[in-house]
Amino acid sequence: MSHISISNNETIPLSSIPELDYPAFLEQNILSLKNSAGSHCVNYYGIPWNDNVRLICCIANDELSSINISSALVETGKPFNTFSKQNPAFEKFEREIHENFGIQYTDHPWLKPVRYPFNRYNKNENITDYPFFSIDSEELHEVGVGPIHAGIIEPGHFRFICNGEQILHLEIQLGYQHRGIEQLFIEKKKLLQRATLAENIAGDSVAGHTVAFTNLWESMCNYQPGRDLQLSRTLALELERIAVHTGNLSAMCTDIAYQLGSAVYGRLRTPIINFFQRWCGNRLAKGLIRAGKTNFPLTNELAAELTTLLNAYERDFEEISEELFNLPSALARFEKTGVLTREQAENLGTVGISARMSALERDIRYSHPHDLYRELNHQLLLKNHGDVHSRARLRKREIDQSIAYIRTLIQSIPGAGTQSVQLASPSPNSFTLSLVEGWRGEICHAAVTGENGELIHYKIKDPSFHNWMGLALAVRNNEISDFPICNKSFDLSYCGHDL
Amino acid sequence: MLDNLKILFHQGKQYIPDITTAELPGIFRGRPEISTEKVNEAELVDICPTNAITAGPVCIDLGKCTFCGECSFSFPNKIQFSRDYKISANERSKLIIREGINEPVELNPAVIRKEISDYFSGSLKLRQVSAGGDNSCEMELNACGNVNFDMGRFGIEFVASPRHADGIVITGPITENMAQPLQICYDAIPEPKIIILAGVDAISGGIFEGSPALNRSFLSAYTIDLYVPGNPVHPLTFINGVLELIKKRN
Ligand code: SF4
Repeated sequence: MSHISISNNETIPLSSIPELDYPAFLEQNILSLKNSAGSHCVNYYGIPWNDNVRLICCIANDELSSINISSALVETGKPFNTFSKQNPAFEKFEREIHENFGIQYTDHPWLKPVRYPFNRYNKNENITDYPFFSIDSEELHEVGVGPIHAGIIEPGHFRFICNGEQILHLEIQLGYQHRGIEQLFIEKKKLLQRATLAENIAGDSVAGHTVAFTNLWESMCNYQPGRDLQLSRTLALELERIAVHTGNLSAMCTDIAYQLGSAVYGRLRTPIINFFQRWCGNRLAKGLIRAGKTNFPLTNELAAELTTLLNAYERDFEEISEELFNLPSALARFEKTGVLTREQAENLGTVGISARMSALERDIRYSHPHDLYRELNHQLLLKNHGDVHSRARLRKREIDQSIAYIRTLIQSIPGAGTQSVQLASPSPNSFTLSLVEGWRGEICHAAVTGENGELIHYKIKDPSFHNWMGLALAVRNNEISDFPICNKSFDLSYCGHDL
Repeated sequence: MLDNLKILFHQGKQYIPDITTAELPGIFRGRPEISTEKVNEAELVDICPTNAITAGPVCIDLGKCTFCGECSFSFPNKIQFSRDYKISANERSKLIIREGINEPVELNPAVIRKEISDYFSGSLKLRQVSAGGDNSCEMELNACGNVNFDMGRFGIEFVASPRHADGIVITGPITENMAQPLQICYDAIPEPKIIILAGVDAISGGIFEGSPALNRSFLSAYTIDLYVPGNPVHPLTFINGVLELIKKRN
């Protein structure tokens, strides 16, 4: 086998990643996915390499809890066959490689721009002239929405082709939120600057992205975090899951005009994020997670407060959920709406709730556990129908599960064991990959260091990167009036995608 | 029906009765207080991820500060963050907090345009544009309208169409890719109109300052009516700032 197999958060010498010629690289990765059901691609990207491009492919094996890394050196401007032709889960990755490096793919089904980054290969392409798919027809009409939407949400453009009220096709154009984050990780040299960048990748996944960065960084510096740090990180991830899922249930109720649910779930989110404020002074947990230290040790008093708060939360949460999920008018809107079949989900390689809703077993907490997840022995929660209802139900059940995990976690609070230490500098000429199951799904950060341990490449993958295409397929043949509820139930990130 | 009433009853009263005097729970990093104690200023300046601290005299620029608190952890006798959340200002210079001066951040009435008080004091409709925002300020602006903060009680609301709006609230560092949509949206708002920058990213670019993916030229073309610091902005900071701005003045 011409790959190196690593575990989550393992740092390896860059030279240990086998370099294949492109046809062998393609064949190996496609075959490994075909032959092992529990495998999926967690990242596939290019690194500028002396005027050429080094492609790095990271395939996670969920059964063995490993990640297989392989690479190939290719020249820009040359034609290549795609992975996507044989496995559509690569379509977005290859579009990104094409956009960034001008790799010419001969048989890509949908070679469109991804985000119009400032350092794109072809500067003549502009976000205003995105090549939308269109159909010349008397009967069909197009509906364009965005980039600025009606509510207070991030920008993105949706172009529908409709037959009357029915959506035949949706194309989603992103890139408006592109801030050049990956490049800033290289340019901003201080650790605190990089932690701040991680916190600002997606403000609704502060814990998710910051834990990914922090675990990666500590691994590079050969630092093993103490139990207190691991507990804080696990707790932050589960609290973030509860807070966002609750807010999402509120928004879904808003979209079906169910006022009571909207108000009750909305206000239930408040004590959870206020707990973050009590703990670290910020409602969205910015500032909480730091490599090699914590400024906010978790105390017994905080744990006691959290217990009280969760008890109160749970009572009201169960009550409103009982009501919502038995309400015929709500169920009529949720059930069989916005379906993504298991086959589609698998083909696209969706992650997080957008996979588990269609019985696709994908959860880093289970397959590649980090921090205290191994101890929690995470049980997968799955639904079968892949519709709005499955997504809503899963959120409800995941909240229940998170509450149970938090109760277990805070049973015994380790004393503030970690003394603030000066982290060693990262290992030179190394590669590290970090996977975290955020509330939205699998987050992947990967880094490469140079001769003196300086960061020379940083790659971020938000779960939304996989899932946006899932939304586009799920709305087909639905009424356009159901689009908001479909969109909300996927709840994907624009800034996390655009970086 | 009975179930619904029961649910309603179980929620109790959730709204914050007085938005202007509400106390925040736990710790919060609001307006910093900087003592005149002598410290190694170079070391202090070097801590900050966003160059918000300058030396001689030591100042913190709330328009650049991400409120990470790191300076205060290293120099607790020099810098302490108070829980004062009223940190909005209508002049950029007012966001700079100097050592030894422990005063509230306030709006300067002299530079508030007369139309603002004339037209908007009883009702203000705002259009929000996220221009590279990370969805944290956006979530907090949404929270301004929830049952806890209930900004609607003051006649302040976010609306869908710029045509219905009296002003624009910008979040995010303003990306190149959003520069044009932002301009189009602003142009669509009828006169008179106001501009509010919400969050450190919008005010200074924050941690994204200097990124080649930004285009902040929009900001140099217009007068900014209100700066609301924060990462993200706290709903109380936003609501109180806006209330001060549109207060009836004769
Ligand atoms: S709290 Fe503000 S001033 Fe202090 S280090 Fe952080 S960003 Fe800089």
